[in-house]
Amino acid sequence: MFAACLLPAADLGWRALHPDGLGVNPIEEAEIFTGLWTLRFLAITLAVTPARELLRLGVLARYRRMFGLFTFFYACVHLSMWVGVDWFFAWSLMGGEIVKHKYILIGMASFVLLIPLALTSTNGWVRRLGGRRWRRLHQLVYLIAIGGTVHYLWAVKKDTLFPLVYLSVFIALLAYRVVIRWSARRAHPARAAAVVPNAALPRPE
Amino acid sequence: MLIRKPEDIPSSEITPEREYLNRRSFLKLAGGVGAIAAGGALVPRLLHGALVDDQPQADTPNSWDQITSYNNYYEFGTDKADPKANAQNFRTSPWSIEVGGLCNKPGHYHYEDLFKPASRVDRVYRLRCVEAWSMVIPWNGYVLADILKRFEPQPGAKYVKFTTLYDPQQMPGQRRPVLQWPYVEGLRMDEAMHPLTLLVTGLYGKPLPNQDGAPVRLVVPWKYGFKGIKAIVKIEFVDQQPMTTWMIAAPDEYGFYANVNPHVDHPRWTQAVERRIGEFRRRPTLMFNGYADQVASLYTGMDLRKYF
Repeated sequence: MFAACLLPAADLGWRALHPDGLGVNPIEEAEIFTGLWTLRFLAITLAVTPARELLRLGVLARYRRMFGLFTFFYACVHLSMWVGVDWFFAWSLMGGEIVKHKYILIGMASFVLLIPLALTSTNGWVRRLGGRRWRRLHQLVYLIAIGGTVHYLWAVKKDTLFPLVYLSVFIALLAYRVVIRWSARRAHPARAAAVVPNAALPRPE
Repeated sequence: MLIRKPEDIPSSEITPEREYLNRRSFLKLAGGVGAIAAGGALVPRLLHGALVDDQPQADTPNSWDQITSYNNYYEFGTDKADPKANAQNFRTSPWSIEVGGLCNKPGHYHYEDLFKPASRVDRVYRLRCVEAWSMVIPWNGYVLADILKRFEPQPGAKYVKFTTLYDPQQMPGQRRPVLQWPYVEGLRMDEAMHPLTLLVTGLYGKPLPNQDGAPVRLVVPWKYGFKGIKAIVKIEFVDQQPMTTWMIAAPDEYGFYANVNPHVDHPRWTQAVERRIGEFRRRPTLMFNGYADQVASLYTGMDLRKYF
């Protein structure tokens, strides 16, 4: 599974080493590619719980943390492309871009929010924070998903079809959890506060 | 300035396509390992905050491949590679252009009759896309003013309106309402009559490829690329400023004038710098795309922030 998650990165590297592999504007192509894979891994991560509950694919649960970390990995590559290749470390210009242009601001904010989730993904941190607080913190992922997709939506010039598809997927994944929580609350009003849909913690592997 | 007539360009100045390809594969390699390289070899640059390339290289034409495989032509799809893939069977002959509005010689003109009496020009122009990338392109075509004068525009004609073919059968992009079809563009009369403004029918001495706007497109080098309407079927002389396709699509982002201006950002991204296709670092964008000496006087006294 780990190797499979690296396939997109390998594909990018392979294409970068071949003439015309990334087309006429390779920097833009690489940024779009890594950005899209960040969103895809985020969707995969968030799909683990519904897949487990609806499709009885419990086997996926042990990969959830890895999917989440690969989301962070592709986000890091995406951001490094922008900083190191696209803008070539032109800090003052990049600063202006972040402040002035809302699609970059929201993309950057989503990345910053990802950092604590990646850092606290270890078993040690789950213990240290306690399951309840850890889950609260990791609910940030829904905000990140919406932020990341809006970043994509605002970056395209006019054809918003694909950004809206991603947005619908994330809204569906979020809606699933809301529905589960509501129905749980209806079934056991007294215990409602204790019910958390994502109850499975990352297990030691 | 960059209006070279053919007699001004020594053949030594045009980079052969083969050399371009080599240079490009090198650049691609550089692009691919750039992040890694940047971490190591380029640390010194990092320390004193490397800016955008302040002293960009001279303008050399982009290769045939670059110009014909990276196109914004939404009639054939919104991806840059779509036009090349989807425009190959587009029928450009026979072709006629309807001329109408405030002129003494309206009518339907066959493509051949339209251009036969005019003299062909070859111009190497910078093209700056509103998306902040640019190319240098050796166009072949006709000075628009030479063509328009033959229709004898009347004094009431203040603007020229251009319309692209509407044919969803041949243009798959028109089957989705991404933009309001058909594509419409316009110029003020003095802009249309400016000697830099071209109707283009060729590229690198060959017929214009379909994905670049065949059989005839507009080129206005000091404006963003979207003003360069493609596959033109109608030219009208009008007294009111026409509503153009991108103004309808996003009026706060795309104006009628669309002059290249590094001081007026697109609401969502900067216009101060651009990436020349084939180059690694961005270069500064020039006022009026570097044609200020020729065209700035057209806009004397105008607030270019308001009329963006």
